[in-house]
Amino acid sequence: MHELSVAEAIAGAVNRHADGRTVTKVLVRIGHLRQVVPDALSFAWEMLTTGSDLEGSVLEIESVPATVACRACGAETTLDMPITACGQCYSRDVELLTGEEFAVVSLELADV
Amino acid sequence: MGRFHRHPDGTEHDHDHDHDVGDHSGYTETGAARIMVLENILSENDRVADENRRDLQAAGVRTVNLMSSPGAGKTTLLRRTLVELRDRVRIGVLEGDIATSIDADRLEGLGAAVSLVNTDKGFGGECHLDATMVRSGLARLPLADLDLLLIENVGNLVCPAEFAVGEDARAMVYAITEGEEKPLKYPVMFRAAEVVVVNKIDLLPHLDFDLDRFLANLADVNPRAEVIQASSRTGDGVAAWCDWLLTLAHP
Repeated sequence: MHELSVAEAIAGAVNRHADGRTVTKVLVRIGHLRQVVPDALSFAWEMLTTGSDLEGSVLEIESVPATVACRACGAETTLDMPITACGQCYSRDVELLTGEEFAVVSLELADV
Repeated sequence: MGRFHRHPDGTEHDHDHDHDVGDHSGYTETGAARIMVLENILSENDRVADENRRDLQAAGVRTVNLMSSPGAGKTTLLRRTLVELRDRVRIGVLEGDIATSIDADRLEGLGAAVSLVNTDKGFGGECHLDATMVRSGLARLPLADLDLLLIENVGNLVCPAEFAVGEDARAMVYAITEGEEKPLKYPVMFRAAEVVVVNKIDLLPHLDFDLDRFLANLADVNPRAEVIQASSRTGDGVAAWCDWLLTLAHP
């Protein structure tokens, strides 16, 4: 149900930018720490847009892995768990580099 | 004026406005027009949240967004909180529920102004409060007469964490009956919380719950969270929670 809320927010942003034009594809960028399941979001998008102006539009999801830089040893780690710690020295003193992305990147429009 | 559209499903309509052709400048490899948007998915919600925050700040109200899974004990904790603090600080409660006034009714008569927002009424039965719903609830509260606003979000461990509503701080109630692994499974909410009330601590002797493991899991996803062990049933730890609220209300 989280994905349905996210899909609604995406549709709101898309409708504002499309301003009545027919949208064929929507590109979104979502970091792993947002806890969005891409398949569930695609399903929610299809369900939500059916019968609306956005019906038939493709939602393309660019998933961004979570990465941190360690302030103690300088290593960069790609996280496979939501534990923000260094994979080399296990310090928790890390800076989050990526993983919290949550953006509508671009829209593609039908030829008119 | 007006622009005619044919949709893929064959329907046609026109709009009573023209479009600026200037933003057709980008094209894909296949020749389709592309608009760069680069906008946060929640930007519209965040805009309304900023409006709420401005109104609350202008009225001198400090605001806490209280989140948890269903049944963790938010309403019972709020009842204790109102009894404890009603002579010291003027409190308003914005009660979010998908349906019913059961929780709002439980908070009546405890000296707080209560505003109920049912998310099924015109909001599509949302599983969380968003900034627009909170805005509608704020309109029914005497903000000028309040010091502290407690927003009881819809019970849900996922969605509420994504939607800012204009709060100064986010707090979370977690019940030890939920199991030690919850911070790892629901990191978004545990990461968002400044304080985590570890509730139902009176049940510790009766459960196989490993408190140390839970605290380690919490620290793994949010090392900065303040932890208050409490029981809203017995009242243990409620004073520490109220102290945290008072510090927020009178910085």
